[in-house]
Amino acid sequence: MEVGQLQRSFIEYMGSLFNEGFLDAQFSQLQQLQDESNPDFVVEVVSLFFEDSERLLNDLTMALDQPNVDFKLVDAHVHQLKGSSSSIGAQRVKNCCVPFRNVCEEQNTEACLRCLQQIKQEYLLVKNKLQTLFELEQQIVAAGGAIPMMQ
Amino acid sequence: MNLGVGSVVKNMSGARCSVSWKSNDNNQFPAGLRVLVVDDDPTCLRILEKMLWNCHYEVTKSNRAESALSLLRENRNGFDIVISDVHMPDMDGFKLLEHVGLEMDLPVIMMSADDSKDVVMKGVTHGACDYLIKPVRIEALKNIWQHVIRKKKHEWKDKDFDQSATAEAGDRQQKPPEDVDYSSSANEGGNWKSSKRRKEEEDETEERDDSSSLKKPRVVWSVELHQQFVQAVNQLGIDKAVPKKILELMNVPGLTRENVASHLQKYRLYLRRLSGVSQHPNGLNNSFMGHPESNIWNVFFSMGLSFQALAATSQLPAQSLATLQAAALGRSATKAAISMPLVDQRNLFSFENPKLRFPEGQQQLNNSNKQINLLHGIPTTMEPKQLADLHQSSQSFGAMNMQGNSRVQQNNALLMHMPQQQPSRAQMLNETNNGSQVSRLHDHVTASLSSNGIPGALLSRSGGIVANVRGPVHSPVSQASPIVDFSLNQNTELQNNSFPLVRSNSGMSTMTSKRMLQEEVNSDIKRSRGFPSGYNMFDELHQQKSQDWGLSGVGSTFDAITGTLDVSPSMLVQQGISSMKRNGQNGSSPISNAFSSSREESGNVNPMGGNFLTVKAEQLPDASYQNNFFPDQFGQDDHMSALLKQQESVGPVESEFGFDGYALDNLPV
Repeated sequence: MEVGQLQRSFIEYMGSLFNEGFLDAQFSQLQQLQDESNPDFVVEVVSLFFEDSERLLNDLTMALDQPNVDFKLVDAHVHQLKGSSSSIGAQRVKNCCVPFRNVCEEQNTEACLRCLQQIKQEYLLVKNKLQTLFELEQQIVAAGGAIPMMQ
Repeated sequence: MNLGVGSVVKNMSGARCSVSWKSNDNNQFPAGLRVLVVDDDPTCLRILEKMLWNCHYEVTKSNRAESALSLLRENRNGFDIVISDVHMPDMDGFKLLEHVGLEMDLPVIMMSADDSKDVVMKGVTHGACDYLIKPVRIEALKNIWQHVIRKKKHEWKDKDFDQSATAEAGDRQQKPPEDVDYSSSANEGGNWKSSKRRKEEEDETEERDDSSSLKKPRVVWSVELHQQFVQAVNQLGIDKAVPKKILELMNVPGLTRENVASHLQKYRLYLRRLSGVSQHPNGLNNSFMGHPESNIWNVFFSMGLSFQALAATSQLPAQSLATLQAAALGRSATKAAISMPLVDQRNLFSFENPKLRFPEGQQQLNNSNKQINLLHGIPTTMEPKQLADLHQSSQSFGAMNMQGNSRVQQNNALLMHMPQQQPSRAQMLNETNNGSQVSRLHDHVTASLSSNGIPGALLSRSGGIVANVRGPVHSPVSQASPIVDFSLNQNTELQNNSFPLVRSNSGMSTMTSKRMLQEEVNSDIKRSRGFPSGYNMFDELHQQKSQDWGLSGVGSTFDAITGTLDVSPSMLVQQGISSMKRNGQNGSSPISNAFSSSREESGNVNPMGGNFLTVKAEQLPDASYQNNFFPDQFGQDDHMSALLKQQESVGPVESEFGFDGYALDNLPV
């Protein structure tokens, strides 16, 4: 595929992610932070996010699987997930955290499990989207083009 | 990039500038600001680092609060500002905030994804200079330099005007003549002038405070220094303590008035926050004034308050604390006279309480009711009901202590500048019935204290104590342990004079003994009531004896104690409690644990791991004393049996309330 086409696909795809609420302005901040001295900054941070989130989701699964659920612990994990997802602009993941914390407070295991399920889905979605985005970037670079800057 | 546990990554530039940020080329101001960012979330940490880097700051990042604190301690002048997350696994962000403020006096910015008003308020009361909500935008980070300037400006002002509470709205722009006059050193004056010139040339929209160019060497408020400071403040009276007088009293070469002034300002804020906490039941207190703390407050502020207040609210909600505190505070004025004897004792409060003896207190005790000798520690208010109540609260407290063990350790270590003590503290806490004892003592002490009319003295003392426990107190999580530790330590020291026999190592015993001491001073006959029960309690304690007790030391301790007849109040207290629980002895030996570590009067380290003890340079002699008193409770050991023998001999004395007679002579060595 030629560079121009790749770039257009990239821009379009990026736009859709913002429009559909997968990403928010914070992600743009990340992109603006990227510069010549840190050309892979966004990929780096997003990779950190993936690792951290998967760990948190595992911890959440385990915590909610206990006979006596430690809701404080669950809440702490969700809080952390909220912090990291908001930091990279994973909006829909972050938005799942708010009701999650509410049901934690209510100590409602069933509702927590539902929230966990939902958050896992959102996480997988945004992970998929971002990986697609990065692949597009790589293709553009491989084709000799420059990655378009998003406004 | 992932940071290992506790790893600290130096700034991205690679070269760490060791000189003050201010010495950088002013045209690039605030470039080079040395920022330490602490966050356990690797994603956020990386993003912050990059953002700060883009702001041309020198960034050092850490994903562990402890590592960050060590780093700060090793490089006292190596950072200008700290940014810390609120929720971290190893240490609460607010606790870190307290430590940094107390030890390094750096501006700290808190941040969190949590934007609830409570948490933000907590940041304010803990002294954070700002609170950022995640996700943090780079624009928010661009202006953090203002906090550094502001802080330096206030320090400068303190020095100038000798005010402990500099007006926050003070003029940011200092006039040149004033600066010159107050220049404490040629360098600072020179820097200021030259930097001022440079600043004028800078293209800055905001006026910058001239004091920002001044780099004052940071004074390390070590444990000893802070202790001296607190002593001086207590001597002067918290309301009359002005930096100049404090400085004179402290008589520390090289310490400037401005150092004292800024430290006093923090200290006052700290006290205000502590006293204000109890006043706001639904406020920020709730988050960090957990039950453990309420117990501690009881200890500190409940003196003179009726025990019922405590008993009624065994969990010591903020309201009760407020009541207690208000009452205590209210009485302090009237109790000034009575508290006099305690004042001296107060002075002994400190992180390091080296002195175990309180000659004055001891004399008083001896001179007062003969029966008091042994009763000193006996809480007059100790009654079954109270004990039961204590039991309740102690349990909750104990639970909290357990939780807070790690924190306590950290806090205590940090506060006491004795990091090595942490493990011992852990031991101690673990060995004892974690907190149950402590809590009991607390409650007991509180109860006994309440019966005493020493609110003033205690308050002032607590002021000192509070200062000592500053660190732990602020941790939202169960801080009971640390607080207890401190209070116990301090009490121990007080009690030392009066209760030589007490061998318990636990800080708790010390604490109670101290309280008792105070009670004694103001004591009335009621106290004697407690004696029998107290003694019983001790017996029970002995029986419950925890394996961790340094029984071996008991004997030796006893010897050491021989000289002093004073029965540590804590001992008595324990007795009271133990008597309550006679039936269930083995199950609960919180008090015994507290006393378990037998210690010699001077400088023994509590075997218990010295949560309290290690913190203080000297061991809490009281603890050791207490052990001696209750040989029965040591029955589980050879020592126990030996003690039991003593106990028997002690029996008769018990009725006389004269520990003098029985305790020392009969206790096995």
